[in-house]
Amino acid sequence: MDLVQLQRQLVDYKTSLYNEGFLDEQFTQLQELQDENNPDFVVEVVSLFFEDSERLLNELTKALEQQSVDFKRVDAHVHQLKGSSSSIGAQRVQKVCIAFRNYCEEQNIEGCVKCLQQVRHEYSLVKTKLESMFQLQQQILSAGGSIPM
Amino acid sequence: MDGGCSGDMAAEFGDEPHVLAVDDNLIDRKLVEKLLKNSSCKVTTAENGLRALEYLGLASDKRNALDGTVSKVNLIITDYCMPGMTGYELLKKIKESSVLREVPVVIMSSENVPTRISQCLQEGAQMFMLKPLKQSDVKRLECYLMRCRS
Repeated sequence: MDLVQLQRQLVDYKTSLYNEGFLDEQFTQLQELQDENNPDFVVEVVSLFFEDSERLLNELTKALEQQSVDFKRVDAHVHQLKGSSSSIGAQRVQKVCIAFRNYCEEQNIEGCVKCLQQVRHEYSLVKTKLESMFQLQQQILSAGGSIPM
Repeated sequence: MDGGCSGDMAAEFGDEPHVLAVDDNLIDRKLVEKLLKNSSCKVTTAENGLRALEYLGLASDKRNALDGTVSKVNLIITDYCMPGMTGYELLKKIKESSVLREVPVVIMSSENVPTRISQCLQEGAQMFMLKPLKQSDVKRLECYLMRCRS
């Protein structure tokens, strides 16, 4: 595939991510923060998000498996996940977190378990999509092109 | 905004303004640091209120009031919801200090709670900002960093 095609593919792919609600305006803000001094800023922050989210998802799983669920603790983890997903623009993950927090407040364990499944699912989707996007970006850079913003 | 606030803070200031950013969320710390660095600030981050107080020399086990009569930082920006000590509690401690009470404190939160906002402003916070922060939000801080009068 030639450079122009790759660049077009990237633009189309990004557009679809926004249209399908995977990413929102905050992701654009993140990209605008990147500059020549920190050319890998977006990848770095998103990688941190992946690591941190995986940790939180594991903590949530453990917390919801307890005999007596500590909803405050569950809520604290969801609050973190909601914050990070919001900060990088991972809109669908953030939305599930909002519902998740409501179930925590109600101390509704079924609701929480369902939300955990949903948030795992949304996280896994956005992770795959962002990784694909980064791969495409890397292909463009390797072909000597620049990333269309 | 006051017409006296220009974009290049380093030039205005001589030295770069030094900001202490406090947030328990790793991603948010990285973000706020970049936003501030993009505005030519020197940034120190802390992951909770206690660490922030330690950095500022206000930790309860240190009673050396003369240790730095001039504050190391020009602005403190802190998250509200943090485990252990909230941003509000941190704000109060800063305002209780004779050395640090003049340092502008900005509170950030992902939640828009009017009572929370007025509580912070009443306690002396300069501003309350909604997360996630954008570059335009940091632009609003420039006046405090250059000590513009509005």
